[in-house]
Amino acid sequence: MTDQLRRLFHRVRSLFRRAEQDRDLDVEMSAHLELAVEENLRRGLSRAEARRQALLRFGGWQQAKENHREVRGLPLLETLLQDLRFALRMLRRSPAFSLLAIFCLTLGIGANAAVFSWMEGLLFRPYPLVAHQERLVALTGTARGESGHTGLSWPDFLELQRNCKLFDTFFVSKITGTTLSIGDRAQVVTGSIVSANYFEVLGVHPILGRAFEPSEDVGRSAHPVTVISYQLWKERFQGDPQIIGKTQRMDGVIHTIIGVAPEGFYGTFVGWATKFWVPASMEDTFEAGGYKLEDRGERWIEAYGRLKPGVTIEQAQQEISAVAKRLENDYPATNRGRSIKLWPLWQTPFNNAGTLLPTLGTMLVVVVFVLLIACANVGNLLLVRSFARRHEITVRVAVGAGRRRLLQQLFMEGLVLSALAAAGGLLIARWCSHLLVLLLPVRNGNAMHLPGEMDWRVMTLSAAVCLVATLLFALLPAMQTSKVDLAATLRSEMAGVVHGRSKSWVRSGLVVVQVSLCFILLVGAGLLLQSLQNIRLDSPGFSTNGVLVTSVNLVASGYDAQRAKNFQDELIDRVQALPGVESAALARVTPLGYGTFSSAPIVVDGYQPPPEERPSVEYNQVGPSYFATMGIPLVSGREFTRADNETAAPVAIVNETMAAHYWQAKNPIGERLQVKDKWLRIVGIAKTSKYESMRELPRPFFFVPRRQDFSVGAALNIRTQLRPEIMAAALSRELKAMDANLALYEVISLQEQLDRSTSPQKVAVTLTGVLAGLALVLAAIGLYGVMSYTVSQSTRELGLRMALGARTPELFRLVISRGLALTIAGIFLGAAAALGLTRLLGYLLYKVSPRDPLAFGSATLVLTIVSLIACFLPAWRATRVDPIVALRYE
Amino acid sequence: MPASKLDLLQGTLDLMVLQTLAAMGRLHGYGIARRIEQVSGDAVLLNQGTIYASLVRLQQRGWISAEWGTSTNNRKAKFYSITKRGRKQLSEDAAYWQRLSDVMGRVLALSEGSDTK
Repeated sequence: MTDQLRRLFHRVRSLFRRAEQDRDLDVEMSAHLELAVEENLRRGLSRAEARRQALLRFGGWQQAKENHREVRGLPLLETLLQDLRFALRMLRRSPAFSLLAIFCLTLGIGANAAVFSWMEGLLFRPYPLVAHQERLVALTGTARGESGHTGLSWPDFLELQRNCKLFDTFFVSKITGTTLSIGDRAQVVTGSIVSANYFEVLGVHPILGRAFEPSEDVGRSAHPVTVISYQLWKERFQGDPQIIGKTQRMDGVIHTIIGVAPEGFYGTFVGWATKFWVPASMEDTFEAGGYKLEDRGERWIEAYGRLKPGVTIEQAQQEISAVAKRLENDYPATNRGRSIKLWPLWQTPFNNAGTLLPTLGTMLVVVVFVLLIACANVGNLLLVRSFARRHEITVRVAVGAGRRRLLQQLFMEGLVLSALAAAGGLLIARWCSHLLVLLLPVRNGNAMHLPGEMDWRVMTLSAAVCLVATLLFALLPAMQTSKVDLAATLRSEMAGVVHGRSKSWVRSGLVVVQVSLCFILLVGAGLLLQSLQNIRLDSPGFSTNGVLVTSVNLVASGYDAQRAKNFQDELIDRVQALPGVESAALARVTPLGYGTFSSAPIVVDGYQPPPEERPSVEYNQVGPSYFATMGIPLVSGREFTRADNETAAPVAIVNETMAAHYWQAKNPIGERLQVKDKWLRIVGIAKTSKYESMRELPRPFFFVPRRQDFSVGAALNIRTQLRPEIMAAALSRELKAMDANLALYEVISLQEQLDRSTSPQKVAVTLTGVLAGLALVLAAIGLYGVMSYTVSQSTRELGLRMALGARTPELFRLVISRGLALTIAGIFLGAAAALGLTRLLGYLLYKVSPRDPLAFGSATLVLTIVSLIACFLPAWRATRVDPIVALRYE
Repeated sequence: MPASKLDLLQGTLDLMVLQTLAAMGRLHGYGIARRIEQVSGDAVLLNQGTIYASLVRLQQRGWISAEWGTSTNNRKAKFYSITKRGRKQLSEDAAYWQRLSDVMGRVLALSEGSDTK
């Protein structure tokens, strides 16, 4: 063993001492020869014979040297190094070619690496520092006969903890937030309500203080303690080493800081970095709707589980379903028709993983296409060069280079190209790792947290992509070249006939593939663009311009309900008195914003739900003149007024969809609706608008007066023609006059709010557009290359045609039509593929058929124009051929 | 007649070189080659050049060492000598060959002779 190691050491060392060792061997062998000659001379031979005999006894001189080298060094590595040196020399010799090839590949590999890093950082390993992420699964509740998902209830979660044997553990992490005033600015910080085992099961240990204890899960608001993030500790508390035990008011309750999480731990919610954690017992403080820890019907938590090693998600699902089935039997009142579903982490429906999945999936396909196009380009470039190098290669074959050796060397040249490109590509990917965040809007001064992750898995995958790419683009030319038929090539060289038909066929084939891939991307980009356009043009059902939205967080400042009511009444009065303000109204949640609406089971007089249906409808708590301010038309009935207060009879306004569903032909005004044991009288019908997303279908929804279902937090909507900044200044002045401790959130128009809600589409459109543009450029380069080469190689033919009387426009047409033929073939191929592929865009498409003729038509048009441009220069050059020179040429 | 000369089995040249150095002390490549030819009575088919691959292999294993010196005709030449580790290896290998050739001899005798007795 040590023997082997010792030899290896010597062999490796000899790689670096090649010249010296060769010299030594020469000296040694010369000495050997002279000694032999002298001995032969002493034996009486003539000088010539003595030397002949000595050489004969020595054997092959070169062979001995080769033998020596082989034994002392690492011959395989040495030829590789030799190939590498040669490849680098070849690249330096044609810098334009090298740069173009590396550029194309860098774009291709970089785009791939960037998407890999996003998928890794957002879908597969989204939670840095968390142990065993590959075994984590997300849990949601489902209701039979309904699409979508709900959270889980806390009692059900505890049942899972107790009864599931295939899981290591379960934990809860429900996103929440609070407002901390930093200077005179109110800032929303993201937080998380977690089960007490959270830090322990994640394997994340606070760097200061402690994590939660099991007892802190229990009791209504009994444990006002919090663990803060490293970032919050640094930014808000200036890294205070004595922070443990200090207090912070959050949502009106004084919390004791018991721990600081380690740097780089961002919690467990894809899209936002969590800044603080509170135990589940504090749910009441941070969640609307009261204390829910003992209510099996309140499905509010977002839960995760970790599978035991070796357990598949299907097995785990079976166990979970069985437990859910038992719960259904044991607690029919709350659990009838309910089950629980497991999701792999990358499909988690309740955070941004779910919304990003289709975008990233689409991107993955797109970047693979871009890479293929780039490979086709480089392959074509290499083919062209292999013709230029056919002489060199023929000579090498003639002096005895083996087919394998030749392939190996051409492959090495390709590998050098793609390795350089991969290095550049990884740099691009690193630089792009925060690109997604830039494409998404900042909300209330908070940027989203969507980092790419460049770990070894991404690196390995990129390296693999680089290798496969090399095989793709280096193999074709290499196969072509290695098939060199010596006699034929030498003969054809003499005859002056250039390349065979098969080679130009390969090149044209590559261009057709490029064009077709590019066509698919253009169609995809066109469809996405149309979707975005449709979303933008769609009316949300309320005014988007001329309405501003903002809020003042009274909860964080410790206002109780009564103080809040007084304050808000005065605020509305003051705002309405401001010059330029038409009206102002409060609402608990603004549509298309980030808040979640209340939802409750309802009972409607005279409506018999089908046996499995438990009618449950979402609603919003809105103030007087909300509909006028928002510009939502009332179909009939009246708006809420200040008279609809705590002492008045409870009322509600339903939307048209709800009216049609529950009252069918009847006019619901004056009818009754039961919500949470309270009967409401319907006083108005509003036009159906969009509530959570621009993409939603019309759905039942209703409104109740804020005063009759009060919560302190509320958004302020203002109808005005003033610009947001001006309004913000005026509002700040009013606030200061009322309570100097209060701070204002950002003031934005509803249009801005709407734009933010469509940002996933925008990201998809932007990225696809950029990449499709890139693909177009690459394909144009490819087409241009092939046409230029064809023209330069058919100089003789062109000259002949000219000499025979062909005129300039005819020659021009000849070249252009050849180029167009390739393009059209590519378009047909691409269209056939696109018809099948665009369906995969799925939910990213909005009111656009995946076979939309406009998208297909414009892609055809764009490609045709671009290919005309790409062919123009070669065609023009063809017309400049001088027949006399051309015929003498070669 | 070259055709009747023995082809060297893999590894045997290394052993011969070790034995030669053990017996003769410090030698240069030519000396080793000549010595082997002489001892074998020119029965071994040896291209003298192949000795250098063997020498570098033995050196890498640390069984022989080399140093530059001057030959009898005042030329610069590389001289080899066996190391302690080389002697140990030699005794092991020699014992192995001894046993192997004993066994081979007996086996061959068996096939030629009768199976009586």
